[in-house]
Amino acid sequence: MKKIKSPEELKKLKTEALERLYGKEKIRVRVHMGTSGLASGAKEIYDFLRLELEKRSIEADVIGTGDMGYSFAEPTIEVKRPGETPVVFGNVDKIKADEIIEKYIKNGEYVDGILPVNYQSIY
Amino acid sequence: MEMETIKLTIDNKTVEVPKGTTINKAAKELGIDIPVLCYMELKDLCIENKPAGCRICVVEVQGRRNLAPSCATKCEEGMVVKTHTTRVLNARRTVMEFILSDHPKECLICAKSGNCELQSMAHQLGIKEIPGQEIAAMSTYKKDTSPSIIRDQDKCILCRRCEMMCNEVQTVGALSAVNRGFMATVAPAFEQNLEHSTCTYCGQCVAVCPTGALTEVDNTPDVLRALADPSKTVIVQTAPAVRAALGEMFGMEPGTLVTGKMVTALRALGFDYVFDTDFAADLTIMEEGTELLDRLTRHLNGDKTARLPILTSCCPGWVNFFEEYFPDLKDVPSTAKSPQQMFGAIAKTYFADKIKIDRKDLVVVSIMPCLAKKYECQRDEFSVDGNRDVDFSISTRELASFIKQANLDLNNLEEGEFDAPLGESTGAGVIFGATGGVIEAAVRTAYELHTAKKLDRLDFTELRGLEGVRSATIDFNGLPINIGIAHGLGNARKLLNDVRAGKSLFHAIEVMACPGGCIGGGGQPLHHGNSEIIKARAAAIYREDKQKPLRKSHENPFIIKLYEEFLGKPNSEKAHHLLHTHYFDKKKKIIVKQ
Amino acid sequence: MPREKMQIIVCGGTSCNGNNGEAVIDNIRLELEANALENDIRVVRSGCFGLCTMGPIVKIMPGDTIYTKVTPDDAHEIVSEHIMKGRKVERLLYKDPEGKKPLTTEKELTSHKKQIRIALRNCGIINPENIEDAIAHKGYEALATVLTELKPQDVIRIIKDSGLRGRGGGGFPTGLKWEIAYKNKSDEKYVVCNADEGDPGAFMDRSVLEGDPHAVLEAMIICGYAIEAHNGLIYIRAEYPLAVARLKSAIQQARDYGLLGKDILGTGFDFDIDIRYGAGAFVCGEETALIHSMEGLRGEPTVKPPFPAESGFRGKPTNVNNVETFACISPIILKGAAWFAGIGTEKSKGTKVFALAGKINNVGLIEVPMGITLREVIFEIGGGIRKGKKFKAAQTGGPSGGCLTEKHLDLPIDFDNLTAAGSMMGSGGLIVMDEDDCMVSVAKFFLDFTVEESCGKCSPCRIGNKRLHELLEHITKGKGTLADLDRLKNMSLVIKDTSLCGLGQSSPNPVLSTLTNFRDEYEAHVTLKKCPAGKCKDLMEYFIISANCVGCTACARVCPVGAITGERKEPHLINPSICIKCGACMEKCKFDAIIIQ
Repeated sequence: MKKIKSPEELKKLKTEALERLYGKEKIRVRVHMGTSGLASGAKEIYDFLRLELEKRSIEADVIGTGDMGYSFAEPTIEVKRPGETPVVFGNVDKIKADEIIEKYIKNGEYVDGILPVNYQSIY
Repeated sequence: MEMETIKLTIDNKTVEVPKGTTINKAAKELGIDIPVLCYMELKDLCIENKPAGCRICVVEVQGRRNLAPSCATKCEEGMVVKTHTTRVLNARRTVMEFILSDHPKECLICAKSGNCELQSMAHQLGIKEIPGQEIAAMSTYKKDTSPSIIRDQDKCILCRRCEMMCNEVQTVGALSAVNRGFMATVAPAFEQNLEHSTCTYCGQCVAVCPTGALTEVDNTPDVLRALADPSKTVIVQTAPAVRAALGEMFGMEPGTLVTGKMVTALRALGFDYVFDTDFAADLTIMEEGTELLDRLTRHLNGDKTARLPILTSCCPGWVNFFEEYFPDLKDVPSTAKSPQQMFGAIAKTYFADKIKIDRKDLVVVSIMPCLAKKYECQRDEFSVDGNRDVDFSISTRELASFIKQANLDLNNLEEGEFDAPLGESTGAGVIFGATGGVIEAAVRTAYELHTAKKLDRLDFTELRGLEGVRSATIDFNGLPINIGIAHGLGNARKLLNDVRAGKSLFHAIEVMACPGGCIGGGGQPLHHGNSEIIKARAAAIYREDKQKPLRKSHENPFIIKLYEEFLGKPNSEKAHHLLHTHYFDKKKKIIVKQ
Repeated sequence: MPREKMQIIVCGGTSCNGNNGEAVIDNIRLELEANALENDIRVVRSGCFGLCTMGPIVKIMPGDTIYTKVTPDDAHEIVSEHIMKGRKVERLLYKDPEGKKPLTTEKELTSHKKQIRIALRNCGIINPENIEDAIAHKGYEALATVLTELKPQDVIRIIKDSGLRGRGGGGFPTGLKWEIAYKNKSDEKYVVCNADEGDPGAFMDRSVLEGDPHAVLEAMIICGYAIEAHNGLIYIRAEYPLAVARLKSAIQQARDYGLLGKDILGTGFDFDIDIRYGAGAFVCGEETALIHSMEGLRGEPTVKPPFPAESGFRGKPTNVNNVETFACISPIILKGAAWFAGIGTEKSKGTKVFALAGKINNVGLIEVPMGITLREVIFEIGGGIRKGKKFKAAQTGGPSGGCLTEKHLDLPIDFDNLTAAGSMMGSGGLIVMDEDDCMVSVAKFFLDFTVEESCGKCSPCRIGNKRLHELLEHITKGKGTLADLDRLKNMSLVIKDTSLCGLGQSSPNPVLSTLTNFRDEYEAHVTLKKCPAGKCKDLMEYFIISANCVGCTACARVCPVGAITGERKEPHLINPSICIKCGACMEKCKFDAIIIQ
């Protein structure tokens, strides 16, 4: 990595980062791993998803993030299928994670435990 | 430059004060005395305690949401202040009830009874009962007794004056607030005992404590026991600062000298001989002055082992301080013992021989303005086969109590005279009680010994005063002698840091641990934050000096006789054996008890 | 790609469930079976939609169609019309509350969502341990704007115009604070981030630091530029190890990328940030205490003035802001003061993060615009009261706040309204209580906290709070009198009026607000010696109704102290002098024979 020496370089880096993150349409899974998430087992889910998605030959980005604030339903994960709006699932244990891979990630079939988007984004 | 002023109204009266003045002080201008408890100011010594913690001094300020602590709230232009509305009075009373609800109600047998600021405040606020006391828990702490000071934190009201004295003024750092909430209190680190802390026993915490939380160890029962023992000869020595303050405890104006009445009282109490520590002060000058001249001469002759500046060593709080914080400099102070200990050493040798009794049958009591003296007389190096040179040291306050116990009214006693031979002193011995006095006394003698000329003036006013650090250069017949003076250990630390760094330009430095010197000592009648009292005591000391026929230590005939009959000459081998000491590295290693 | 299959999502939130939601699901499934569609069309339960007053909610995918207030009887129409024929059931569509215009899709609905995420904008979105993720999501963009296009006064003007007020509890206008710090000239100044989040149950600062640490770093640099400071300090409680770790890594990465340190973005501006740890003392959230703690002194407050902006860390002008306040800065710069000022109420702009806790279904963090009502927060976003119980009170502002009651449900939440209602915004803790909560005990609970957390410096807080707590304890034991209630009130008012810092000035709030709003409950404790909520153990007695008791002996067997006696098949008796009121018997009894009196 190199130092960003001007606002222009920052802009360039932003473009590159966006390309790296979202340039290629693929499955993207965010595992919410703040203190609340981790305390409910989010790390296990994160590891499980990385391992299982690879095992099942599904190309996907699995990203660890902070919490969304859904403390009542931790661990929570967000799954984005190419071209579709992201869906958040709550109370995800390994069995649920497996179901999400098999039904939603592979076939777009919903499973119980969806948490509807309940906020407006500002950007 | 014209000082910016502010106009405000307090209790419907207008007052104009300099910008930055607090409400409390502005009210004083109007003659309105807002009650304060934790606040304390020693104006002339630049000491102020303003934690705004007790919340007794709250007042109503128009337009302000809550009540303002008058001690810490600065006046603002057009401010409208009310100091005794029903809201204020109710708040003050309720807060006082809170404080009292967590304070033992044993006033009858408290050391501070009758002299307690909390008691007075409860009286002033008319508190007659404490609602809810029956369900109120009390915060209690372990008691702590050291050789000089007793701590009973049950009685602490967290005014933080002791902490301010210990940390800001003295930079000793033995006391600080510990714990949180209801159990918050002031204590040495890890709530250890004072003995295991960096405490120097200067007693300034005791001097400012408004309640019975910090008091001196009471040695009057020991003295009474000795006096009652027919097999003992009991002699007493009185320090110079005592005579300038004792009268205050008997309703006299601060600054009243009670030397003669005190002598009579002591005799009436049954002491066999009433002597004067001032005699030993003259002796100290002989030894310390000679040592100074010796070091100075050697130094001027290029002897690298002769270290300068020489530091005075009369003050036990100060000795404790450098043993704790500057042990690397322990060969810098004079090796001369303090007057108290010189007196003890001479009394139990020279005087015991004179009256032909064994030192074990001679009890030496000292009356001191000081609490560190209690510790000093217990130091191992100041006893012979377990028999102390000075058996007991009691403070001015203890003496006053002792006199009262014997139903003697100091006001109406005859003037008495000290006994010979250890009761005779010069004016130089007297001024030991005030900051700058020791070095002034030393100058009077050292000058004449060094130059073999007679001084044409004896009042070195440039060495006097209450400024924390002072300096002056005295011309020793062409040789300029640079003198530094510090009172208060924080000020001493500044000079010591320079000495340690090799930056000190002084030839001699006088240090007294207590602000103002011994007259402001930890064993003196309580000043309750009035520095005028300390000034009056200093004036009294210099008055006594002026009245003395002899004002130079080396002219004291009994001192001359003591050298002729017993010691030989100053700094002789015998003098060294009896009148000099050495210092120790007492830096505390922090021990955390399990 | 095959055509997306139709799917039906039914809200499985507690509130919808309580409204026959389960029956809706059952009926939809039956309808699908009747049409042999059960294998083609999936029906799943979701979490709460946050539209609880409109429930049960049914959503049809694809198309995002939302149906509200669906009854089990509507299942037939939904399946036969929408699923079979693709025709929306107009009468069940969500209506815009104002225009009465039916909104068809969830997307349209989104603009009506109660939550707006400003401070939490990137939480859960970015990988907090990768600065490039933050940069991709507009991280440091505002900083670039500030450093290249704005003068310090401009930045201060923008923040002032935005109407942003301190989120840590005080609600002091942030721009004004910056301006004072800017005007106090000094060779050295400090920007301090207060991350000593201490209110029980509040964790918004932690979430921001864990989810989007760069938001805080960026804002601190901006603040440094605005007040002409070059040093930043983050005072964070050591009990937040994950936040500390992410913050540390964020600081390191920002340094590596040249966003902290010398010559930031080549503009010649220098700024760096260090971390200081707090040891979990609540009072260290007070800014003067916080500064003393950072200086290595005892964490206790001192009288203001002087304010930190005049004389703060090491006696230098210091600007202290809370994490959430800082987290709002960059969006204000990027989207403009007017945008931010357009959200919220007249005197409280923007959004506030609340930590919902207590007897509420959707426990967690929410970020809502100022001016939202308590009803919306609790019943729509929060999913209502747990187990369908009755709402009793909500405590805002943590231990320093007060209880709001049913009459406050439609009060727009902002700084001033909450204060006027006897509570406060505080840092945004919101604890919901239901009919089972005893308000005297609630007050006692909060006092317990402040008694522990008082620094002990001033007497009203140190001793007064202890006395308040003791008196509350006395009352919950049934030993109080009516006169005690007056004493409680007087002590509370004096403590508020005379304490040195915000802790003592607000600690009696739970007592005062419960005393005002639930006086009857206090009176029941002192006159009738009863606890209406049945919470105060000393005031209740377990009692067996002989008529209901069949003498099964189950209660006697489970009683740990042998307080229950009785022959088999005969009514049993509880000896109140032995009973320890553990409630085991009541739980065991299958015949509702045991009651609390």
